[in-house]
Amino acid sequence: MDMKAIVLHPEDNVATALADIDAGEVVTASEHRVTAAERIPFGHKIALRRIAPGGQVTKYGEPIGLAAADIAQGAMVHVHNLESQRGRGDLDDARGRA
Amino acid sequence: MSTFWGYRRAGGRVGIRNHVAILSVMDNANGVVRHLGQLVRGTLPIPVWYGRGQFGADDELFRRTQVGLACNPNIASVLVVSLEVVSARRMAQAIAAESGKPVEYLAIQDEGGTVQTIGRGMRLLATMVQNASALRPEPCPLSELVLGVECGGTDTTSGIASNPALGWAADRVVEAGGVVYLSETSEWMGAEAVLARRARSPAVAEAIYAAVRRIEDDAKARGVDIRGANPVPDNIRGGISSIEEKSLGAIIKGGTGTIEDVLPYGRQAPGKGLYLMDTAAPAAESMTGLAAGGAQMIVFTTGQMNIMGCPVAPTVKVTGNPRTAERLADNVDVDVSPLLTGETLQSAGTRLLDCMLLTASGRLTRAEVFGDEEIAISRIQPTV
Repeated sequence: MDMKAIVLHPEDNVATALADIDAGEVVTASEHRVTAAERIPFGHKIALRRIAPGGQVTKYGEPIGLAAADIAQGAMVHVHNLESQRGRGDLDDARGRA
Repeated sequence: MSTFWGYRRAGGRVGIRNHVAILSVMDNANGVVRHLGQLVRGTLPIPVWYGRGQFGADDELFRRTQVGLACNPNIASVLVVSLEVVSARRMAQAIAAESGKPVEYLAIQDEGGTVQTIGRGMRLLATMVQNASALRPEPCPLSELVLGVECGGTDTTSGIASNPALGWAADRVVEAGGVVYLSETSEWMGAEAVLARRARSPAVAEAIYAAVRRIEDDAKARGVDIRGANPVPDNIRGGISSIEEKSLGAIIKGGTGTIEDVLPYGRQAPGKGLYLMDTAAPAAESMTGLAAGGAQMIVFTTGQMNIMGCPVAPTVKVTGNPRTAERLADNVDVDVSPLLTGETLQSAGTRLLDCMLLTASGRLTRAEVFGDEEIAISRIQPTV
């Protein structure tokens, strides 16, 4: 087995890098074949398909947050474009004041 | 059948270590407790922060946790040290009543200060250590194990490698008739539905939701984002993007068993099987709760590496991150990173379980050898 990324659940739209992945590198994980749009460091997530702003990011078959930007297929998914939806008193506060 | 060499205590519980503990009732006794720990070989000093001016539920939690730690079967006997005699006597009586183990106490004001207390303490401890050293371990079945599972310095390898390996081992402990504690409540957030589906009853499922809701409601009441507190910066550096992602990876370490109940911080399970324990997530506080609940061993998975262990419950460090396994090798007990390159879960899980049995039989963990161990008792109200 020489996988550079792993998909943990069939419903997931991200895979986790098991090695550093270079921009332009073609990554195969489960039945997916994705070209990395940028460098994906070890342990970070790569989008298996496009995720529209506000779309759900799914890992382990469960939601891990919402896309905060348009995430292209092959892009890195991390805190810059994924918004956690839990324990967010700051969001409630902003909504309350609006 | 898997067995280990353990010390059978009064009341039937089994210890995997044979410590003579020196317990501070409150922080003003810590100096004396540390001195005694250095002066008498074979002792385990347990200094604490706070302990004076606490009241109500906070005091109850603090005292219950101290008693639980002292009653842990890894401890053969206890010397209680406090500033004054009322709290010293009360603590000693509570420990003796609950565990039946030999307990002595000293009050620094009554003994005549630091020097006199240390002198008297050395004399008491000399006898206690000799008596403990005469005890012999006996073969014990895996069903006697109370295992705390913990994670720290989490990264994305935790959910892919180290937590699945630990979950596999936790399932073997539950199958054998032992007890497993899964704690760190904020790391159920985003994964509570997965846990609730495995609850023994609808009431237990609701208790899981309620425990998480309490933390989330607190974040909302304060108008704050828990990110930064959880996940912490090293989690994020390790690829973790949200508490949901961290939680879904974290709960795997408890295995796949039915969840019998949700225990309060530091409380002992009333039966066998997998229990959740409602604790803070940081390692020292969580592990203190696990040990107070009677866990004799903690298996601690880590991605980026958290070196912390629990002085009362030997702590086994497991990593699934090959870079951590190499760069921080000194602190690693079991490297399961080959899971990322094709090792089977059964193979990695078996290697971990073998290490757990060796540890239970007396082999020291890296955290024990280095003394990277700390006690921190959770607080729920300010001191007056």
